[in-house]
Amino acid sequence: MFLTLTTTGTPERPATDLGFLLHKHPDRAQAFSTSHGTAHVFYPEADAGRCTAALLLEVDPVALVRRGKGRGRGGAPDAALAQYVNDRPYAASSLLAVALSGVFSSAIRGVCRARPELPAQARPLRIAIPALPAHGGPDLVRRLFEPLGWAVTAEPVPLDETFPEWGDSRYVRLTLESQTLTLAEALRHLYVLLPVLDGAKHYWVAADEVDKLLRAGEGWLPGHPEQQLITSRYLARRRSLTREALERLELVRLAEADDTEVEEIDNAVAADDTETEETEAEETEAEETEAGETGAEGTGAEGTGTAVAAGAGPEERPVPLAVQRRAAIVAALTEAGAARVLDLGCGPGQLVQELLKDRRFTEIVGVDVSRRALALAERRLRLERMGERQASRVRLLQGSLVYTDTRLKGYDAAVLSEVVEHVDPPRLPALEYAVFGTARPRTVIVTTPNVEYNVRWETLPAGHVRHDDHRFEWTREEFRTWARAVAARHGYAVDFRPVGPDDPEVGPPTQMAVFTAVTPNEAHKNKTSENKTSEHETDEKEARTA
Amino acid sequence: MTETRTERVLPVTDLSLVVLVGASGSGKSTFARRHFKPTEVISSDFCRGLVADDENDQSATGDAFDVLHYIAGKRLAAGRRTVVDATSVQSEARRKLIDLARRHDVLPIAIVLDVPEEVCAARNAARPDRAGMPRRVIQRHIRELRRSLRHLEREGFRKVHVLRGTEEVEQARIVTEKRFNDLTHLTGPFDIIGDVHGCSAELEALLDKLGYVDGVHPQGRMAVFVGDLVDRGPDTPGVLRRVMSMVAAGHALCVPGNHENKYGRYLKGRKVQLTHGLAETVAQMEREPEEFRARVREFIDGLVSHYVLDGGRLVVCHAGLPEKYHGRTSGRVRSHALYGDTTGETDEFGLPVRYPWAEEYRGRAAVVYGHTPVPEATWLNNTICLDTGVVFGGRLTALRWPERELVDVPAERVWYEPVKPLRSEAPGGREGRPLDLADVQGRRGVETRYAGRVAVREQNAAAALEVMSRFAVDPRLLPYLPPTMAPTATSRIDGYLEHPAEAFAQYARDGVARVVCEEKHMGSRAVALVCRDAEAARRRFGVGAASPSDGVEGGEGPTGSLYTRTGRPFFDDPAVTEEVLARLRRAVDEAGLWEELETDWLLLDGELMPWSLKASGLLRRQYAAVGAASGAVFPGALAALEGAAARGVDVAGLLARQRERAADAAAFTAAYRRYCWSTDGLDGVRLAPFQLLAVEGRSLAALPHDEQLALLDRLVEHDGSGLLQTTRRLYVDTGDPDSVRAGVDWWLEMTGRGGEGMVVKPVGALVRDPEGRLVQPGVKCRGREYLRIIYGPEYTRPDHLARLRERSLGHKRSLALREYALGLEALDRLAGGEPLWRVHEAVFGVLALESEPVDPRL
Repeated sequence: MFLTLTTTGTPERPATDLGFLLHKHPDRAQAFSTSHGTAHVFYPEADAGRCTAALLLEVDPVALVRRGKGRGRGGAPDAALAQYVNDRPYAASSLLAVALSGVFSSAIRGVCRARPELPAQARPLRIAIPALPAHGGPDLVRRLFEPLGWAVTAEPVPLDETFPEWGDSRYVRLTLESQTLTLAEALRHLYVLLPVLDGAKHYWVAADEVDKLLRAGEGWLPGHPEQQLITSRYLARRRSLTREALERLELVRLAEADDTEVEEIDNAVAADDTETEETEAEETEAEETEAGETGAEGTGAEGTGTAVAAGAGPEERPVPLAVQRRAAIVAALTEAGAARVLDLGCGPGQLVQELLKDRRFTEIVGVDVSRRALALAERRLRLERMGERQASRVRLLQGSLVYTDTRLKGYDAAVLSEVVEHVDPPRLPALEYAVFGTARPRTVIVTTPNVEYNVRWETLPAGHVRHDDHRFEWTREEFRTWARAVAARHGYAVDFRPVGPDDPEVGPPTQMAVFTAVTPNEAHKNKTSENKTSEHETDEKEARTA
Repeated sequence: MTETRTERVLPVTDLSLVVLVGASGSGKSTFARRHFKPTEVISSDFCRGLVADDENDQSATGDAFDVLHYIAGKRLAAGRRTVVDATSVQSEARRKLIDLARRHDVLPIAIVLDVPEEVCAARNAARPDRAGMPRRVIQRHIRELRRSLRHLEREGFRKVHVLRGTEEVEQARIVTEKRFNDLTHLTGPFDIIGDVHGCSAELEALLDKLGYVDGVHPQGRMAVFVGDLVDRGPDTPGVLRRVMSMVAAGHALCVPGNHENKYGRYLKGRKVQLTHGLAETVAQMEREPEEFRARVREFIDGLVSHYVLDGGRLVVCHAGLPEKYHGRTSGRVRSHALYGDTTGETDEFGLPVRYPWAEEYRGRAAVVYGHTPVPEATWLNNTICLDTGVVFGGRLTALRWPERELVDVPAERVWYEPVKPLRSEAPGGREGRPLDLADVQGRRGVETRYAGRVAVREQNAAAALEVMSRFAVDPRLLPYLPPTMAPTATSRIDGYLEHPAEAFAQYARDGVARVVCEEKHMGSRAVALVCRDAEAARRRFGVGAASPSDGVEGGEGPTGSLYTRTGRPFFDDPAVTEEVLARLRRAVDEAGLWEELETDWLLLDGELMPWSLKASGLLRRQYAAVGAASGAVFPGALAALEGAAARGVDVAGLLARQRERAADAAAFTAAYRRYCWSTDGLDGVRLAPFQLLAVEGRSLAALPHDEQLALLDRLVEHDGSGLLQTTRRLYVDTGDPDSVRAGVDWWLEMTGRGGEGMVVKPVGALVRDPEGRLVQPGVKCRGREYLRIIYGPEYTRPDHLARLRERSLGHKRSLALREYALGLEALDRLAGGEPLWRVHEAVFGVLALESEPVDPRL
């Protein structure tokens, strides 16, 4: 909520020219009403040698929350997200950027009626922002400002000196210095980059955001090495976050009940996946967006997709593991002659999409416990726009594998791809019973990471699991022991297949088990002699004449 | 079968599908109107009107009958007699109705109105809308009706009443008959006895133990036999003689088992294989007089497949019965009652694999049955199998109803070698079998004792499902979730948003004279289920190593659980949980509470500290972040303002305001820091229990708080580990100004030292107001400084406070009461030994309600 702009000067080019440039008199304190509070401009120092203008935005925290309840454009989507305990009144957030453009509107456009020649002149500038929220840390701050001709000093602010173990906060104390930029350029940089660094929480979305970005970015954004990041953060995430926030309000409240953050429990779909979905899936085939196995795994090491598998030559672009896995699943389903298939734990629906392409699969049911995953799947599949015939082959259901579910009975096959490792071990028996005991499809395909292979992922630190939400990762032996016991308990035969390059030492990255029922459920209709009764004798007694 | 040619009395079963058969104009609608309730009758004309706006539009007939069948189906599924008023003169039309009746397991009954053509024609002519109906239509109807008459019984109608001529139609009288299986008027008390299988000596011993003297109980109790009296055992005739005489004298009821059924067929001369112990029965009965065999044959022939007793609370049958078959009458109901449901598969011993129907059972009536030998009779979802294999050397077991006590006697010896060993567990029990999604998903209502039906909306259930499935502890170890608590009414006192004066005044208005103020600990809510040992946990909650399918981890099973407000494990590491439980257990041991409370488990509600232990993510991202940002920004901003002021710029007001804001921010930082401290393992961790929720067989939610706190104090006193922390309290009389003042002072003193605040509860715990409504079980009254963490650093500024006072508490209060009622319900169901799904339903409801939109700052 606070920044200072300082320039130095000489008697010929006095520093106090800053007052003309900003169109604010150095000897007065001025207040401007903005949409989120009052902006004050004053000059702590102002002489020919040195002049500093200060912008202080007094954010009204109560109004901020109340505003949020409006729900309409410009408001936070829900009171649950709008916190009374908010850094907005203190940090140089996107609110400050909005105030900046309002209060210094002529300066940002490079207009100065009194001294028309001034705006075009570069002059020594020093900008100080004591509390800048910077997602990406000092490093990103430097990457954003240095290419624009700024000398950057960015020091992280500790979270709380009483608890040094908590580390640094997301704020940096920023100083920018330059001799070569005009004031208008400097203001436009801030106008765009403050919200970009602010990152996660944007409550204020306007329809003309693209135009604003184009105008403010004119002359510097097109050539910026981080142009991609700046654009996507400035525009795309706003849209997705707004939509996302609306989708998970119930979960937000449950997280709050537990004093935790919603990200901790609403992690069924990786953040990357959401973003990919939002920004690209609309235009491109989803397949392309998964080049780096962001699909089922998202943020984990697999997400990088950089581990060069033993078999793949350095020149070839390796086929992403997620793609290989789906191919292996489709092959196993085809081999089993399955037509009606359950995808249990379907996530955002990549496998469902793959199965839809093959007409042999006449009924595909995607089941997931996460409503957000199902919403993403629905968008990915474009269910709303799908033709009736095609749409009749696919259904998406919210379900849970730790409850039995009669809707899932009677299918040819069920796929649990990268699912079991997301279930706490004490609840695996419930999953086992729901799938193998109750749903009892003829074929069950289970894939899960092979933890032995983790040493081959170059980007995965030793001892780490591949995804934050993995409750465990099994060795080949552990997986097989579990699978064989399950098969024995429920009347299935099981065999195992590698997915991905089968490393002679540590095995394949993904392991797969194919279970086949040995006592088909719909078996023989002929009952034992003990169970046979004649039609006559089964008649209820009251049928007889009284 | 009935054919009342001259009778005018027509017996009609209370639950049946009555099909009126007669030509157009034969008087069916008039007949139906006279003898049945208007809502019981569905006419095809009416349905034609519904779909086509014209009761005579024949082109709408197909759709009209779809509607008719749909409505009839809904009524029958709900157990309501239904009368179909359509011509039904064609066998095809009747066949569809008979199918419908069978699908719902009710009796199809035909009432034929055979009225002369002239009469029909005259009636139609008198009706403007039918005047144009050609005569040949009526003629065709009558022709088809006559042709049908002989076949009606063969078609499947179980009663056929033919009324010939207008006079018989006029003089007919309908008499509603109860179904034979409907003995809801008998309330017992009953002694339900499991499969006897010819074990006469054991039966006599059991009857003796139950208090019967020569088949008669001095207190008028009634025995109920679940069937399989015969076969395998040493003295089938003796058993039959005893049971038949008791039944004949009205001292016993008996339902048939599959063995009686087979023997009955043998006695009728059918060809049956003399296997499964029938040979023994045949041989023993050969030695009996022919007259006795004839009586046995008659007895078996007269047995009714199942009985609904005691106002519908009890169902007795041989092999178990799903709820939809209770009180129904059809071949498949009888077949299910006698043989149970089988999957069609056979096991390795060549015996049919039985479908685990009891696992899916969700009915309110208790189902008591036999048929499948089990080592021990155990309740599962309100069903219990009493066949404890006496003939195989097990026991003969009886259930006292309504006491639900089991009484048994051991077998004198193994009378018959079993084909396979008795199953080691009761069907469906203790195998880690999960709950069913239909128990929790979608829009639902949970019936509670204290607040009626509590509704759960679909989107809230969906969110709860996600959290429950992905993060919660095993539902068997999650018998309760704590309800949310409303704050006290908003205070108007200067500088305060919450103040205890309001809480005392509110309770005084609710008629609560005495309240307890309990110190509010600033930590995270934690519920602890503590069992005496792993074996107790296994026995009572069915978890642990004994379950064959928990193969992943192995070792000793858990001895309880420790979870958060949303059912998540408090600690990620099960070993830490076990260590906390072990410390709690030692305190319970030392305090002697196991014996005193006659339990081997306790459910405790409490607060686990420090707050930073569980909420560190939130603390860092939100609270400490605000502290960091404000700490970083103010020195520079104030210096800049001071600089401007020194230059003579008029910033005095702004500067003063920023100084205040800086002070507020510093106070905020100080406030949250009080609830954070470093811990190392369990060092530094504190647990303050404030309520003992339940023990074996008892919910303690209604135990007055002074008694509660006395028990908890003993627990804390006997804790040698330093884990447990006491809850300070003060009792206040809401009608006594001095006492109220003392309460306020106590709060001021406590919050002045940085305390979070207090919770004010009626000492009586579970209290209703003069109108009989539940009173809030507690309200929180949070300290002035603490509230900075909730409402922001600057909330105490008068302009902010004025706006914040507009907060609305109505929804929060209602939510608190609904969740409280669900929590009480969960505890009552747990204490009552109800099935897991019943407890889980209420617990799940609390979680779902927690996702309702309500101001999170309250």
